[in-house]
Amino acid sequence: MPSNNIQLDDSGRLQHFLSIEGLNQEILKEILDTAESFTSVADRTIKKVPILRGKTVANLFFEASTRTRSTFELAEQRLSADILSLNVDTSATVKGESLLDTLQNLEAMQIDMFVIRHQDSGSAYFFAQHVRPGVSVLNAGDGQHEHPTQAMLDMYTIRHYKKDFSSLRVAIVGDILHSRVARSQIHALNLLNTAEVRVIAPRTLLPVDTESLGVAVYEDLEKGLDDVDVIIMLRLQKERMRGALLPSEKEYFRKFGLSQERLQRARPDAIVMHPGPANRGVEIESSVMDGTQSVILQQVSFGISVRMAVMAMIVGQSGLQSGVDA
Amino acid sequence: MTLHIKNGLVVDTAAATTQVVDLFLMNGKIAGIGSAPAGFKVEQTIDAVDCWIMPGLIDCQARLRDPGEPEKANIESETEAAIKNGITTLCIPPDTQPPIDNSATVELIHHRNEMFGHQARVYPIGALTRGLGGKQLSNMASLRDNGCIAFSNAKQKLANNLVQRRAMEYAAGQRSLVIIQPLDHDLLGNGCAHEGAIATRLGLPAIPEAAETAALAKDIELVAQTGARTHFGQLSCARSVDMIRRAKAKGLPITADCAIHQLFLTDHDIGNFDSNMLTIPPLRSQYDRDALREGVADDTIDCLCSDHQPHEVDAKLKPFPSAEAGISGLDTLLPLALRLVEEGVLPLAELITRLTLNPATILGLPGGRMGIDEVADLVIVAQEAHWICRAGDFISKGKNTAFEGWDFRGRVTHTLVDGNIVYQA
Repeated sequence: MPSNNIQLDDSGRLQHFLSIEGLNQEILKEILDTAESFTSVADRTIKKVPILRGKTVANLFFEASTRTRSTFELAEQRLSADILSLNVDTSATVKGESLLDTLQNLEAMQIDMFVIRHQDSGSAYFFAQHVRPGVSVLNAGDGQHEHPTQAMLDMYTIRHYKKDFSSLRVAIVGDILHSRVARSQIHALNLLNTAEVRVIAPRTLLPVDTESLGVAVYEDLEKGLDDVDVIIMLRLQKERMRGALLPSEKEYFRKFGLSQERLQRARPDAIVMHPGPANRGVEIESSVMDGTQSVILQQVSFGISVRMAVMAMIVGQSGLQSGVDA
Repeated sequence: MTLHIKNGLVVDTAAATTQVVDLFLMNGKIAGIGSAPAGFKVEQTIDAVDCWIMPGLIDCQARLRDPGEPEKANIESETEAAIKNGITTLCIPPDTQPPIDNSATVELIHHRNEMFGHQARVYPIGALTRGLGGKQLSNMASLRDNGCIAFSNAKQKLANNLVQRRAMEYAAGQRSLVIIQPLDHDLLGNGCAHEGAIATRLGLPAIPEAAETAALAKDIELVAQTGARTHFGQLSCARSVDMIRRAKAKGLPITADCAIHQLFLTDHDIGNFDSNMLTIPPLRSQYDRDALREGVADDTIDCLCSDHQPHEVDAKLKPFPSAEAGISGLDTLLPLALRLVEEGVLPLAELITRLTLNPATILGLPGGRMGIDEVADLVIVAQEAHWICRAGDFISKGKNTAFEGWDFRGRVTHTLVDGNIVYQA
């Protein structure tokens, strides 16, 4: 547990958003409530509120991203921020500039908020420790550590369909070892008092002491899906075959792919989620992905309001009192 | 020059005892213990009341970054740090730039130490293979003749077991010591933290115990096969201690050390991705730490070293997995070791053997003994001096400590090499 929790200011309000771990239930609920108040913005003719007007947000992606980056950008635009987006792997760091130099050069351009994705676990904390006071850092994925906005949009989706976490069984299926999404989801589900959090994966894709994260571990998909209310499928990266973690995509699908038949093990009203991008026929059957229980596309649209909520809370404006009505 | 050191509590490493007794030094050697030799004329006296007097420490693994990495450290800065912290002898692994695989580099190191050093003894460990490339044997005999005290491939990979076997055989044939840091590079991968609950929670690429133990098991088998006298460096796992203990019981010519920081830190100390806690091998569990302490206490682990790895600030100013590994350890070797006594791990005199007599014996070096005609490499330590560890006060150029703010007891007041006072507080 981070003892020096730099995410919160002295009065317990968000100043950075780095990891779900270290936050509390009140803040998670505030994010979900704030996000809910933002969903109406998307239905307007002018999809904008002035909460970040006059603020500059830099999106720093050291790793490729499609949906996280575009939903962050949309969220920033809808909050009226000025935006600077950089794919850093194609710019300065290739020329040998250190990470900290890149950050400080951008700071000199009066950036108020950084949205950062980087391949190193802990990089979000690193950046937050080194920005000037008053500048905020949002973690858009740091290595295999956390991806907290993704987890919050998943929580939003679950709450939208299932209301009360305390009666839910949630199963997270797939590559837990390499997944920052899974780590954030597990912390968030536990903070929200989810009745049971299960992870289901072959042993090679489970970190040691997975149970210490507060989950029940299953190595058999069918048993793990019994009576669950929510199924979260994780993306399986093709590199995992080369690393000798798995024999083949075919065998993975046979043992851990979500098919219509296996979906029957879950509760009849179970929802199926996936943080994307999905590999049809590897971790999930097309008919399940496009089926009635799938809420995968809804997740994407909720992602915008959740990211708006986090940014609004960081600049100190919770909800829409000052925003939507303006 | 002659010197009379009176009233000090002298640590006799060979007998593993301490007693208050006067020392008389002459011509760079210990000339009298308890009473002056006939005709001894005192030229200088040190009153060492309330001080320990022990042989100068022999650090069997310290990187001085010289030649090749002046931004990190150099012989001048690091020998100064050594003698101010009671370390009179430094053994330096071959992964300098260029590596110590040729006589010119050995001579360069000796030359720089003579020109710029602060009178600590510096002994290069030669590369086991050319360029540490792991494929072709280095010119071990020539390197030995030029002053390499042992041979090691540092943390670099050997191409295969055949190369390792032959390197060990060749070294054994010329009675040279082989030093191995057991590490399976495939199992190490891009890992940066002990495989356990902490790495799982932080999402840090993990280093399993087997990265050390699987390699060590194979290495021990090759010792049995080749008969090469082998020293295993910087062990980190409980299972390794057990393996060394059993191999010694079988009579294999094996010795071992561990880095002093492994006896105090665990993976919990990584906290919030503190890059000063990044080491290879990694900080492991409490269980491993306790087993290492037991191994030190029962002499399974013969030596304690600093595993000194000074870095410039930028090397650590990176996210944890991208930062460079290692701790600047010269300034904290002795105070941490003394803490083992305070914490009841082993008595002072036995502890000091792990830092003096044992490495001297294993590496065939002068010093480490408190006896008549032994070389007068000595350190005098004020027993009750309390101080707080501050990186800013480090003499080493590397300020990358893992012990910032620690409260230490015992401070060096004098360091002597060859009977000369090379440092006085």
